[in-house]
Amino acid sequence: MELIKPSFGLIFWMLLGFGILFFILAKFAWPVITKGIANRNKKIQDQLDEAARVHAELENLNTKHEEMLATAKAERDEILAEARKISDNIQETAKLKADAEAQAIIEEAKKAIHFEKMKAMTDVKNEIANLSIEIAEKVITEDLSDKQKQERLIEKWVEESNLN
Amino acid sequence: MNCKNYKFTVLTFVIAAFLVLFSNPLSAAKSDDKPFDAGPFIIEHVTDSYGWHICGDGDKSVTIPLPIILVDNGHLVTFMSNKLHHGEAAYNGYAMGWGEQKGAIVKLQDDYTGHLEEGSEYAVDHVCKFNISITKNVCALFISLILISWIFLAVAKSYKRRPNEAPRGMQALVEPVIVFLQDEVINPSLGHHAEKYTPYLLTLFFFILLNNLMGLIPIFPGGANLTGNIAVTGILALITFFVTQFSAGKEYWVDIVNTPGVPWWLKIPLPIMPFVELMGVFTKPFVLMVRLFANITAGHIIVLGFISLIFIFGQMAPAIGYGVSVVSVFFYIFMGCLELLVAFIQAFVFTLLSAIYIGMACGNEETPEIVK
Repeated sequence: MELIKPSFGLIFWMLLGFGILFFILAKFAWPVITKGIANRNKKIQDQLDEAARVHAELENLNTKHEEMLATAKAERDEILAEARKISDNIQETAKLKADAEAQAIIEEAKKAIHFEKMKAMTDVKNEIANLSIEIAEKVITEDLSDKQKQERLIEKWVEESNLN
Repeated sequence: MNCKNYKFTVLTFVIAAFLVLFSNPLSAAKSDDKPFDAGPFIIEHVTDSYGWHICGDGDKSVTIPLPIILVDNGHLVTFMSNKLHHGEAAYNGYAMGWGEQKGAIVKLQDDYTGHLEEGSEYAVDHVCKFNISITKNVCALFISLILISWIFLAVAKSYKRRPNEAPRGMQALVEPVIVFLQDEVINPSLGHHAEKYTPYLLTLFFFILLNNLMGLIPIFPGGANLTGNIAVTGILALITFFVTQFSAGKEYWVDIVNTPGVPWWLKIPLPIMPFVELMGVFTKPFVLMVRLFANITAGHIIVLGFISLIFIFGQMAPAIGYGVSVVSVFFYIFMGCLELLVAFIQAFVFTLLSAIYIGMACGNEETPEIVK
């Protein structure tokens, strides 16, 4: 019977003790603890949100960056292509011009050579003519009886003329 | 790690073996004049007492004397419990009750101080009704109150000192429990009323849990069967009952008088359903009281039963006593693990049901996920 018969003393102290415990904890412990947990939860959530936001921003920035990079690349390619085209053009024209110039120089040179040749020819002709006249003159003036003498004479003249 | 566990297990068994040796089944066998009676032995250990028995038997026992406080005939009477010698002596006419008055303090007809002879009759004048002695359970209650206050004030302090930082030490131990209770029990049961009742429910849970655990420790300052005492569980249930009634809205009473979803002939002319509902109002806290009391007391009784077996067999022959002690200790360890589980479960169930009852009274329609 004693087991299931509540005793007055214990009821009294239990009411008092539990009441005091509840009062102490409800005033000094639970509000601080629950608020502390809630605040920390909030802080963690805030920081997670912040991290997500920053991450999204970074992603955005990254895309922008990539876009910019792509544009820059395309632009560079374009500029390069243009430059190449221009340089090709310049080369082409330069080559053409150089060819034309070279042709002109060759033409000029040919003309000059021809002219010189003609001049040389004329000189040779004149020389031959003069030589012939001289030889003829000498032949006329020399005695041409001896055949041997004649040959020597001719050699001598030729030699003389060669020296000229 | 495995090696360490192995060593730990061996150590545990060595300690257990020592305890068995010191408990000495022979002592029970020696006292032939008084054969060991398991029934009173067990009841004595699960009920309250005026002193805190540590060890030993009879005159050689070591007991912490506790103050006895009475208000008798308008006079405050205080003395230490060791004056009564476990009920074998009277002090100024006050003695421990026997028979029907067992557990109470009685006033004898003459102001007698000294040893009470066994077998002789002493005339009882009256039972001291207003008895607020610091018994073993009251002492255990005070110890647990100090312990709980100290733990949670320290935890609160660490929240104040290091706001928004990761929990450490004791704070890390209790925080998951508090968060679990808030998220799984209190908030789902009480909805938007939760904040108002959180302090009560948390106090309730930790009070029951700590006392359950203290009850599992076999020696001082544990060992008092506080949450297995009907007065303690009764007060806790009573507080839940009053909190429920005072937080009840109009809907709660309407549901009792005119229960929705029930055929009319159960209400008129015979108010069967309202009667059943009204019964429910009182059975709920009653069941709360009985459940906690029965669970904790039953666990202790089983453990004490196993320990008693050692002495019962020891009386037959000491060798059998030693043999049985191995089995008994093994079962005691098993029961200890079970009781540890029960300590948590019962604290949780009491809190959960209190929260649900209060929640229903507040008009919170949702049932917490954990119940489903």
